[in-house]
Amino acid sequence: MLTLALILIPLLAVAAIFFCAPALARKITLGAASANLLLAILAITTHCSGVSLNVLESPSIALSLNIFENKGISIVMLILSVVVTLAAVLSGNCPKDREKLWFSSILLISVGAIGAFISTDMFFFFAFHELALIPTFLMIGILGRGDRKEVAWKTTIYLAFGSIVLLAGLLLIVNQIGTFDMTKLEPLAKYQNEVALLLIIGFGTLVSLFPFHSWAAPAYASAPAPISMLHAGVLKKFGLYGLIVVGYKVAPDGMAHWLPLLLVLLLCNIIWVGLVTINQKRLDLMLGNSSVMHMGYIFLAIAALIDNGSTFATEAAVLLMFAHGISIAMSFCLADRIEAKTGSLEINQLGGLAKNTPNLAFLFGLVGMASIGLPGLANFAGEIMVFFSGFENWNAADGFGPLQITTMIAIWGVVISAVYMLRAFRNIFHGDTVRRTEKVTPLSRDEKIPALILGLILLIVGIYPQAILQFFN
Amino acid sequence: MNSYLLEFIVVGIGVIILLWEAFCTPKNKSLLALIGAGALTLVLVALLLCSNCTYLNDVPDWLSRFYSTGGDSLFFKSFALISTILVLLMSYDFRSILNKYTSNDNSDSNTGEFYTLPIFACAGLMWMASATDMVSIFVSLELVTITFYVMVAFMRRNVGSLEAGVKYLILGALSTGFLVYGIAWLYGATGTTSIVHMTSMQLESSYVLLFGLALIIISLGFKVGAVPMQLWIPDVYQGAPTPITAFLSIASKAAGFGVAIVILKPFLLSDATGSNVQLILAIMAAATLLYGNLSALSQNNFKRLLAYSSIAHAGFILMALSVSDFKTVKFYLATYLIMTFAGFFILNLIRVQDNSDEIDSFDGLGKRNPNLALALTITMAAMAGVPLTAGFWGKLFVFKSTVGVLDWPFIIIAFIAAAAGFYYYFKVIRSIYWHKPAKEEALTIPTISKYAIILFTAAIIIVGIYPKAIECLVGN
Repeated sequence: MLTLALILIPLLAVAAIFFCAPALARKITLGAASANLLLAILAITTHCSGVSLNVLESPSIALSLNIFENKGISIVMLILSVVVTLAAVLSGNCPKDREKLWFSSILLISVGAIGAFISTDMFFFFAFHELALIPTFLMIGILGRGDRKEVAWKTTIYLAFGSIVLLAGLLLIVNQIGTFDMTKLEPLAKYQNEVALLLIIGFGTLVSLFPFHSWAAPAYASAPAPISMLHAGVLKKFGLYGLIVVGYKVAPDGMAHWLPLLLVLLLCNIIWVGLVTINQKRLDLMLGNSSVMHMGYIFLAIAALIDNGSTFATEAAVLLMFAHGISIAMSFCLADRIEAKTGSLEINQLGGLAKNTPNLAFLFGLVGMASIGLPGLANFAGEIMVFFSGFENWNAADGFGPLQITTMIAIWGVVISAVYMLRAFRNIFHGDTVRRTEKVTPLSRDEKIPALILGLILLIVGIYPQAILQFFN
Repeated sequence: MNSYLLEFIVVGIGVIILLWEAFCTPKNKSLLALIGAGALTLVLVALLLCSNCTYLNDVPDWLSRFYSTGGDSLFFKSFALISTILVLLMSYDFRSILNKYTSNDNSDSNTGEFYTLPIFACAGLMWMASATDMVSIFVSLELVTITFYVMVAFMRRNVGSLEAGVKYLILGALSTGFLVYGIAWLYGATGTTSIVHMTSMQLESSYVLLFGLALIIISLGFKVGAVPMQLWIPDVYQGAPTPITAFLSIASKAAGFGVAIVILKPFLLSDATGSNVQLILAIMAAATLLYGNLSALSQNNFKRLLAYSSIAHAGFILMALSVSDFKTVKFYLATYLIMTFAGFFILNLIRVQDNSDEIDSFDGLGKRNPNLALALTITMAAMAGVPLTAGFWGKLFVFKSTVGVLDWPFIIIAFIAAAAGFYYYFKVIRSIYWHKPAKEEALTIPTISKYAIILFTAAIIIVGIYPKAIECLVGN
């Protein structure tokens, strides 16, 4: 029942927001998000059993939720979802009279993400993710910044394309296995290559795999802060999660067939998009592009999983997914504060911010270091595991295979991250104050809380990665 | 009371209301719609009650060759009744536009028949659902079609409506010709007009038979709006009074599929003709999907958009029909009824208040009436086939039953069609929320429309999450 409550509480909260006064919306949402966080912890510690509710007889489809399937990956993703949701509720400034839309969107995206990560039925796995996309489009289109309509439309088209390709792949799987039940997945007898390609393109588009990545950075730059946090931090991980728990399970040989392609694409993600990131003039676009770039590392872990089938690669991927989710959410949360205080995110128009808001500078520095991969912060643990996974089960006598070469090139991505992140940090926070940053006040307590929650987790997981790794069994 | 009497009762209701309108001259003629809807609701209740008692479903000998209460007739009959009731209710809210285009002084003096004609069409639709002989199929089909000729052209002071009427008349007559000619060839090949006899005989795949079948399929294509007989749809849908457009696109289409199931079932399931008929239907389905979805991409008029979308949906249903998945046909139709009526009720409302069908008129609906905007968003998402809405399931079942049975090109076309759907349905959502409203004043929603829209929106979500809810209605 606890598992079902994880879905029901936010949904009921959405209904409550719909019928209550707008002034109550924030309180309801905050209550639901905190309740969900506590529930998730309770559900994990008490080992609560899953639920299954049959919604259709033939073909048999059931709303089945279980957080203990998928070797603990679901647990990690669930923790990520509830934590980022709570932080997202506390972040950003809701425009006046838009409370209902703002907070119900946050909750719906959260439900979609949680539902997708804990469903063990292929239909609901897919459907929950789609549910989360609609509020994302609407929020970008209605409350986004800049060229919001074009950006939202482009995102819609890209993600709808990805979803439909994904659906084709999933149906091809279901048709052969004969069930929607994800616990019964097994390597397919035929069409593995076709399924693998459909899944790589379908899931890949949702995770902004090169060359289907160009929607992501503008979307994150344009979306209101909580939406960027939830989408870049949580929802985007759906595609990677899907490749691990569905793709690799049903088409290990098919995936291996496409491995060279995947390696090239993920290198493009890391190096090409990395260079694009260096060239960004706006902080939000830079963060958006950096999130696309970091997806490359996780794809690298998946490639290692495909290549050597080690559980170490899976753990590396999931740990980095978690770390990246937390760090990118924190980045967007703080970038939003910078814009709220200075009215600009153009890197060159800012400077000396550290003088007036040392706490903002500290927190941004922390998350910047995390995203570069500084030891002691969560991303480092993930990235180092990813790079090691490229050499897992590798025999020096065989010489370097494509995976090892890719891994070695990919390590240069760390340098690229350092270049853009440090430069942005220097330009924004160091140096003399400029007109925009003269009268800036430090972060208030309410503004600090979401970033502190996320920063603390980065620190804890960085020092003690076992906190997350313990869930893999 | 036996259930076969229900059709006679429906005709009787129509005649009584028509005569009452003519001789008692009621003050408010739109009330006739409500009376008709009430009477048909009683018929619907009677139909459902009868369906539970087998002895009430007995058909007397003199009728048994032409009429049966078995098979899918219950589903298609209730479908006809429900959609007629809803069309009558919608007409009630449409009365101001109707009055404007039927008389000089905006009075309702010329509108009486408008509220009784759907009842006659309903009798025809019900008969079609039960017909088991080519002759009775033809007669009931004509009862429906001829009624529609009048209804489509009813707004006689509106050029669009008249144009629609003429187009429908000419193409309808043509398709009737195809049907009769096809029946004649079929009779020549099999020596009978009774479907029951055809089912029991050993069919041979002869050119005579296939030619006759092809003609019949083409004329059914006219009813359901499938390529190559789809050309009338956009113009007629756009010109016809909105409730009649809804009637055409829902009840008439469903009845077409009902008849298609009855006629084609023996040929689809027979070894001799099965693969040929399947191929013809699959090609039609693919062409329909492509035509409907690709043409819809560039539409600016919401009513035309719904017209093309109805062609697109017909393509999906035909695809299910081609692989003999009759359950999916019915399931798709049931969800289609829910989504399409929701769409038309909202369109009807906008048409009455803003006097426009353009997608532009939905601009800024999110500001003018947030609840209505939410309902339209859900409806459009359902039509596009977003999961957790009713519209997703029909498409899912179509894909599930065709993958592996039909050739790959058909399936790929169906996927492209589904993807294209997202584009044009989301265009409406985009104009609801992202564009500035042309008018600022809030929309008022008439009571009937309000409850209908709430009901359908809720149904879209409930069926989307819990499809068992209508799976039981669809039966096997």
